[in-house]
Amino acid sequence: MGMKRFLYVIPLLVLLAVGGFSIAQLNRVGSGQAVNVLPSVLIDKAVPEFDLAAIQGRERGWGTKDLLGQVTLVNIFGSWCVACQVEHPFLVRIKEQGLVPIYGIDWREKDLQAGPRWLAKFGDPYTLVGDDPKSHAAIAFGVTGAPESFVVDKQGVIRYKQIGPINAQVWEQTLWPLISELQQQ
Amino acid sequence: MKLKALIGALILGVALPFAAAALEPSEVLSDPALEARAREVGKQLRCVVCQNQSIDDSNAELAGDMRLLVRERIQAGDSNSEVLAYMVDRYGDYVLLNPPFKASTVVLWVGPPAIGILGLLWVVSFYRRRAGDAGGDDVGQTSQAATLSDEERRRLNALLKDDNE
Repeated sequence: MGMKRFLYVIPLLVLLAVGGFSIAQLNRVGSGQAVNVLPSVLIDKAVPEFDLAAIQGRERGWGTKDLLGQVTLVNIFGSWCVACQVEHPFLVRIKEQGLVPIYGIDWREKDLQAGPRWLAKFGDPYTLVGDDPKSHAAIAFGVTGAPESFVVDKQGVIRYKQIGPINAQVWEQTLWPLISELQQQ
Repeated sequence: MKLKALIGALILGVALPFAAAALEPSEVLSDPALEARAREVGKQLRCVVCQNQSIDDSNAELAGDMRLLVRERIQAGDSNSEVLAYMVDRYGDYVLLNPPFKASTVVLWVGPPAIGILGLLWVVSFYRRRAGDAGGDDVGQTSQAATLSDEERRRLNALLKDDNE
């Protein structure tokens, strides 16, 4: 009989386990710990081949080869993207402090002037920035939305994917420790 | 008549969204064979910003760009599976509407049938056990047979023998 009684408790135990797991995950999100809903398969893989034309007002765009030999932060943005505006002052500060070169992908601008105008207004943190109207580079990086940023090491290998805006917490806890470590290698 | 019109409108309203692919005329390749392959590939690729639509069904801009990329790859000479692999390399298995069977997806594929089978086994054993319990109003033939005394069984056997002869 004891065994049988135990069987009746199983559904309750399963429910508690699922509920507990969900609450734990929610708390992780709430406390700002990164939970990648869509983990990138590109981590520890080489940056895929692509080549971007320059945005208007810039002499050249950039491609995969430009990333080699230095630690870089690749940032996907667009003038249409509200969260990018939130992130932007932070990128400008990284540029001012000379912490890491930032390579920009100006994603899906319908108006070719929109990106350059946006950079003129909010500041231009990019070492090189290319135009990606048809998502070639965005798809190469497996991007689902802007902003997204990638830490790329000196060998051109993607080491980290940041989904959503970079802020002080993400920078201090995750990105900068990784970048400064990679820079010393 | 009003009711008929209403029903017609309802059917149209429900069915139309499924009939319309998001494909735009300018996207269609001039070679019908290549276009057919592009559609076949597109149907298998998830629109990564809308979670449960294929890129062929989705109006999202990223889905449109992915459709174009599929066509570019096909025109460049990629096979269908090469195009799918190209996308999987970048977005992971998630981009496939029909995820492959492998170590990381075992729970996904085996889980539901396993739970179903466990449930079925539980139901079967539940009814077996209930039928096996003696007493009660709804006891079946088998349980009655089990409660026959030796004397009753001897009489029953004798009766059955008489019948057969």
